[in-house]
Amino acid sequence: MPDAATLERLVGALKASDAESVIGTVESPGRVAIEVRPQSIVGSLEVLRAAGYEFLASVHGLDYYPNEPRLGVDYELLSREACDRVALTLRVSSEDPHLPSVTPAWPCANNQEREAFDMFGLIFDGHPDLRRILMPEDYEGYPQRRDFPIGGEPVLFTHNEHNVPRWFE
Amino acid sequence: MSTVDPAARQLSDYRKMEESITISETTEFEGDRELLTLNLGPHHPATHGVLRLLVTLDGEVIRRLQPIYGYLHTGIEKTAEQKSYWKAIPVVERMDYVSYYFNAMAYCGAVETLLEVEIPKRAQYLRVIHMELNRIMSHLVFLGTSALDLGAISVWWYCFRERETLLDLFEMSSGQRMHTRYFQIGGVIEDIPEGWIEQVRKFCAIMPERADIYGDLLNKNEIFLQRQRDVCPLPAETLREYGVTGPLLRAAGDPWDLRKTMPYSSYEDFDFQIPVGTKGDNYDRYEVRLAEVKESVKIIIQALDNLPEGPTITEDRKIALPPRHELATSMEALIHHFKLVTEGMRVPEGEAYYAIEGARGELGCFVRSDGSSKPARVHMRDPSLVNMQAAPAATEGWLIADMLATVAMFDPIIGGVDR
Repeated sequence: MPDAATLERLVGALKASDAESVIGTVESPGRVAIEVRPQSIVGSLEVLRAAGYEFLASVHGLDYYPNEPRLGVDYELLSREACDRVALTLRVSSEDPHLPSVTPAWPCANNQEREAFDMFGLIFDGHPDLRRILMPEDYEGYPQRRDFPIGGEPVLFTHNEHNVPRWFE
Repeated sequence: MSTVDPAARQLSDYRKMEESITISETTEFEGDRELLTLNLGPHHPATHGVLRLLVTLDGEVIRRLQPIYGYLHTGIEKTAEQKSYWKAIPVVERMDYVSYYFNAMAYCGAVETLLEVEIPKRAQYLRVIHMELNRIMSHLVFLGTSALDLGAISVWWYCFRERETLLDLFEMSSGQRMHTRYFQIGGVIEDIPEGWIEQVRKFCAIMPERADIYGDLLNKNEIFLQRQRDVCPLPAETLREYGVTGPLLRAAGDPWDLRKTMPYSSYEDFDFQIPVGTKGDNYDRYEVRLAEVKESVKIIIQALDNLPEGPTITEDRKIALPPRHELATSMEALIHHFKLVTEGMRVPEGEAYYAIEGARGELGCFVRSDGSSKPARVHMRDPSLVNMQAAPAATEGWLIADMLATVAMFDPIIGGVDR
């Protein structure tokens, strides 16, 4: 986690490139995340890449249900030079879950953005191949959302498959 | 059995698309060469689990490789959200089922970061010993199964003999051979049994020599060498671009190892080397892992020599269960025990990302807490899923037989890819 001076410098650099980009910082023990606007995520990541955070370790979705805007995406960045981690985070609403994809600039985000789309229904505009990755292609719903029930699917056995609607499909 | 009129079937869009596909329409040309798209897996012994690969071939040369995942998706991240923090450890361990100690460490580390709890030194050392034993075990499984793919069957038997010794050690310390649940939030569940250290020392005495023997078996095998040397190399820059970490990145000459650069769990106390390759070809990927086995043995011996005395789990009764004998005498201990078992610990609100050097690369665990006794989100950044992104770049333009060798060298564990 960057110290206070470094964090201030990073936020300053983000604001210098796009004055509207930074919303605030979220601090937890051992981790700091800079919250940015969804539309400025690609530019913000480039600013941090120029500041030494060159490795995008993880991209993952989040659901802050019942808070609004409820969906979020975290970008965990790593500076191999300074041995330091910082996160970028953003929030989008479930009615309009669109955000720019960072895959064209960071090929390592490809599978992880697909997973976030699969699990949360986040739509990454500009992703080269936005399909479901872990769930079946014809699956309905986004299972990692907090309001998605568990145990709602019947398990198919030979003795009950005829009673389950649409089993033949 | 009920009969269904085919015309009355309600097909989903996907099924309609699927039914509309005919083989004759999918012919592809590159110049005047006809390309063949071939499906490999998910049930194919060379894919190490249920990995499905769509390969587009020009003769035997791969023009396009598309990995398809999800055949082992079990929704573990969702399941973990339904369980209290300490009950989520067993499900998290089952993600990457060859390196369960690493999964437990990443998850416990993330929760411990949120709780801001101090881990006793003895527990940290015991964790290191078990993680390094697990690393050896994981690399032995890799070596055995990969050699099997390349036609060297005897190595498989030898590797699994040593793996058996390791599983016996795990069984001795925790009661389980796999998915041991030995790591707890705040430390480890109990101290190691009497005689365990001697058994580990015995294993450490033979393992480096055994690793040399396996190396000799393979390094004098002409078929193995021809299929490994200078096959499917990738430079370190390309690997980093695809987010590849671990032995694959080190094989390309980049000495990045979180145990050295961002030490956790007292790794800074140990003296060990980071093996690196020079070319980044399949041979380096194998050689780096074989060398890592020996380095892990070094770490284990140092940890055993300097194993500190003291408690093996934090004394904080809000996090760890009180010892059994206290329950009979202390009302307070009884209350803590009851609260922990029924409700679980409450973790302060916050988010944590805890990354460790797993057997396959950076294994990061993200945990979000909303202040209740169940995690609001558990996410594993599993190295297998991220590393596989480099597989198309590594194999395109190579023969299909080289692709199988490369997938074996990438060593994806499908439990970790799909979670």
